[in-house]
Amino acid sequence: MNNLLQLVEAFIFASDSPISLDRLSSLIEQPKSQIRPILKQLQQQYETMERGFYLAEVAGGYQFRTVVELAPWLRKLSKDRSPRFSRAALETLAIIAYRQPVTRAEIEYLRGVDSGGVMKTLLDKNLLRILGKKEIPGRPLIYGTSHHFLEHFGLIALADLPTLKEFTALDPQLVTADPLTPGSGEAL
Amino acid sequence: MAIQIRLENFSGPLDLLLHLIKSHEMDIYDIRIVEITEQYLTIIEQMQQLDLDIAGEFLLMAATLVHIKSKMLLPVSEEIGEEEDDPRAELVKRLLEYQRYKDVAELFQQLPQLNRDVFSGKLLLSDCLDDDHDEDEVVIGIYQLADAFHRLLKDKPAETFHEVIRESLSVADYIDQIADKLLQKKRLLFREIFSVELSFDELIVSFLATLELVKMHIVSIDQMDDFSEIWLTLLISHKQLSSLSLEKGLLGYE
Repeated sequence: MNNLLQLVEAFIFASDSPISLDRLSSLIEQPKSQIRPILKQLQQQYETMERGFYLAEVAGGYQFRTVVELAPWLRKLSKDRSPRFSRAALETLAIIAYRQPVTRAEIEYLRGVDSGGVMKTLLDKNLLRILGKKEIPGRPLIYGTSHHFLEHFGLIALADLPTLKEFTALDPQLVTADPLTPGSGEAL
Repeated sequence: MAIQIRLENFSGPLDLLLHLIKSHEMDIYDIRIVEITEQYLTIIEQMQQLDLDIAGEFLLMAATLVHIKSKMLLPVSEEIGEEEDDPRAELVKRLLEYQRYKDVAELFQQLPQLNRDVFSGKLLLSDCLDDDHDEDEVVIGIYQLADAFHRLLKDKPAETFHEVIRESLSVADYIDQIADKLLQKKRLLFREIFSVELSFDELIVSFLATLELVKMHIVSIDQMDDFSEIWLTLLISHKQLSSLSLEKGLLGYE
């Protein structure tokens, strides 16, 4: 139905962040089973048309994104906006992404360095969020990645991340070993 | 091997250790502790000689390595049935785990990032700076701003009476005021925000309000030459300003 396609397309365009199938379904007042094929259709259409942007599935929703090949041009738009991540920031993000919910102390143990500054930056950039407090003495804050984190890195969901097994496991045996629990061993 | 290693290149002692292990082609499951400790300590010592500040974590790792080394050098207990844990085990586990996160970090760097590789059209207007504005002005730093403010405060005559009643001045209100002034004139001199009639407290609150506006990227500050006048420029449009609801609580001054 032409109208349905238009509506779906319009909502995705107008939305200021990726919009989920659920949300589309409730806004358009149509069952998901009707909308799903439309989304597929739209995705294919944009792909075959070779436009400047395509329909991406990201952060549990749908969003129009410019084609990667055009990046060098489009970068002119965002002079300093795109955060360039330091290795410290990326490592910290990596730990939190895989270990969440995780406290600052645990992060610092895994990295071997103080991480306060890095974490504040990541919080400011809305890539991390505070999940709550851990029920141990001191009641430290627990951290996790935010919805915006998924959006920023083009991930559909956290499950989209490759399992740690797939990385340079020097010994496959060790990968299936008990996960490292900071604080449970003797202090180094 | 020339030890031209700079600690800043490493994001921590674990990073440095991994580097040493790899460059010495050691088997991570059988680290030659004596050798690695020596290498590590030499680097630390060099840094100290150059009088550089070494983060505490690096020193802690040095102590750890020496501790492990000493345990390894102790004679193995001869009691029957007693199994000695490899004193390197904990460290190896930590290194392997850390290596995994390093790999993930590399992966993250390669992923298509928003506003770097893909764009979704949600850039703020302030990101697209006008070209004609860019060339001439020097964006000033915090020092110059503080200096300008300091001079303003000095010029203000001392209060001659004692105010017993405490007025509560809201930074948010002052933000609104300054934004309003800018809406009329788009570009204002720093001086114009701080008129002489303002009391000492009001001056301070005005300054805080200005800083908040800069932080929120609603306003930019610049200066033509060193020590010349400082200008405030409104970065967003009329419409955007009125739709911007300045959540007073979120500013953190309450």
